[in-house]
Amino acid sequence: MSATQNKTGGMHPTTTGPLSFGSVKPNQGLQNAAKKSRADIIGELSASGMKGRGGAGFPTGVKWNLAAAAQDSTKYIICNADEGEPGTFKDRVILSEYSDLVFEGMTIAGLAIGARQGIVYLRGEYSYLRPLLEAVLERRRTQELLGDNILGREGFSFDIAIRMGSGAYVCGEETALIESLEGQRGEPRNRPPFPVDTGYMGHPTVVNNVETLAWAACILAKGAAWFKGIGTDKSTGLKLFSISGDCERPGVYEFPMGISIAELLREVGGEDAKAVQVGGASGHCVPAKCFARTLAYEDIPTGGSIIVLGPGRDMLGIARNFLEFFVEESCGQCTPCRAGTVKLLEGVELLQEGKCSMKYLRELCALGETMQLASKCGLGQSSPNAFLSIVKEFQDEIMGRTDLAAAGKE
Amino acid sequence: MLVTEQDALRQEIKAWGDMYGRDRTALIPILQEIQRKHARISEYAMQIVADMLDIHPVEVYGVVSFYSFLDHKPKGRFVIRLCRTISCDMHDKDRVARQLQNDLGIRFGETTPDGRFTLEWANCIGMCDQGPALLVNDHVFTRVTPDKVHDILEGCRRAMGVHAQEQMQEHLV
Repeated sequence: MSATQNKTGGMHPTTTGPLSFGSVKPNQGLQNAAKKSRADIIGELSASGMKGRGGAGFPTGVKWNLAAAAQDSTKYIICNADEGEPGTFKDRVILSEYSDLVFEGMTIAGLAIGARQGIVYLRGEYSYLRPLLEAVLERRRTQELLGDNILGREGFSFDIAIRMGSGAYVCGEETALIESLEGQRGEPRNRPPFPVDTGYMGHPTVVNNVETLAWAACILAKGAAWFKGIGTDKSTGLKLFSISGDCERPGVYEFPMGISIAELLREVGGEDAKAVQVGGASGHCVPAKCFARTLAYEDIPTGGSIIVLGPGRDMLGIARNFLEFFVEESCGQCTPCRAGTVKLLEGVELLQEGKCSMKYLRELCALGETMQLASKCGLGQSSPNAFLSIVKEFQDEIMGRTDLAAAGKE
Repeated sequence: MLVTEQDALRQEIKAWGDMYGRDRTALIPILQEIQRKHARISEYAMQIVADMLDIHPVEVYGVVSFYSFLDHKPKGRFVIRLCRTISCDMHDKDRVARQLQNDLGIRFGETTPDGRFTLEWANCIGMCDQGPALLVNDHVFTRVTPDKVHDILEGCRRAMGVHAQEQMQEHLV
């Protein structure tokens, strides 16, 4: 590219509210961890009550504990930077501005479970971040924050490598990600066995989201009590939200867990929304009448993707866009997902043409429920969510449509 | 393919094998290098990789065909990927798509006859707050409007070192 179009020349800055990541003293968490026993590090994390920030919500302390207990001399820490969920871009911001914190979190995780090698699986779409990340890793090596005997602790050795994805949404699923790292097609594995037991190259492996690792470093720096004091009983701490769509101030925001959708919309200037898609394509569509509901693991769980849908939005168009996404991104390994997503998309097309009977719509919903139960991985299980919630909440809008007929497309 | 070209490719792949190793975990990094250098992974290249890693070439083909950033067919020097996912869709990505097709004279999934540009769709590229967004190889462009499409394409042409005069001649042809 020419001088005026350097790597990010065509990219605008992402608006962010104030983030706690900026206020944590660099490497404080790692220094504190280096003085603790492995059990105490995991204990601190468990006491914080943090659950995985990628969306699935598995308690991070439990995951580390399982990997720590596994008997193997080789273990791995993997940072899942394959941020592909539609409407999510918080990990891009974290990796651009707070990558030190992520690497610090990985190093702490390595110490806690006894792993010597970490791998960042960075999605191919973010390749422009790689030189920056490599430079940070190199600096950390010279600062003796990576390598052998880190911070002078005997036997504390850890290093981090970056591996690139190649454009496959399903590789954000942890077992598909591991398959991809092993040089295979990114097709999810059966679970169990879970990666904490049989992961990368058959060794115990912790796969954590970018944000989870950054928070882990913060928790070791500021203490579990600080984190636990924020949020709700079941959903502790702070969370980053990626907000896009029909609002005045899209961007990345930090809110305590348990914030209501109405409060969040006020913060970003989207109060007149008709609905909010929480959790991206694999999430749920929440209509305006439910905006008092909260974003927490016990109410509406989310990896942080919030797409605001303004008053004029056609909900069927939204459902169609999501289903086209899944038809494209389904790995094709299991039938419910491979064939089901295509059937649901055809159903949406029928609805758009105003040619879908209520009987057939109910069959489609039953198919969706079967997909939720019978698909092999999280992608397939969650692929009908958006369709089902839009059908449920906006049935009067999507039935008996005449718009395409009126436009002369029939 | 000329024998000299075959030899050159073989040497290159061998060097990447030295860099990434010769086990299965090296497969994707090696394929990514081939893709970056040659804008495609030919059957010949797949065979060399398979021999080097001691796996069946079908295994290599299976991987190449799975990932959308790895390609068997030749691609342009610049691969333009316009995000079609929800937030970009809501911000008029269709108009940008139309203008890209008009200015390049190709449809999505096609490559210009001069081998310079390939036009593709991408699923969410993580620029949802700044849609519509597109990738030109590794470079990101956000808040793209139809009138900016021409500037982006011109930037690519300049980067290739195509002189204005040659461009004029192309127009005349």
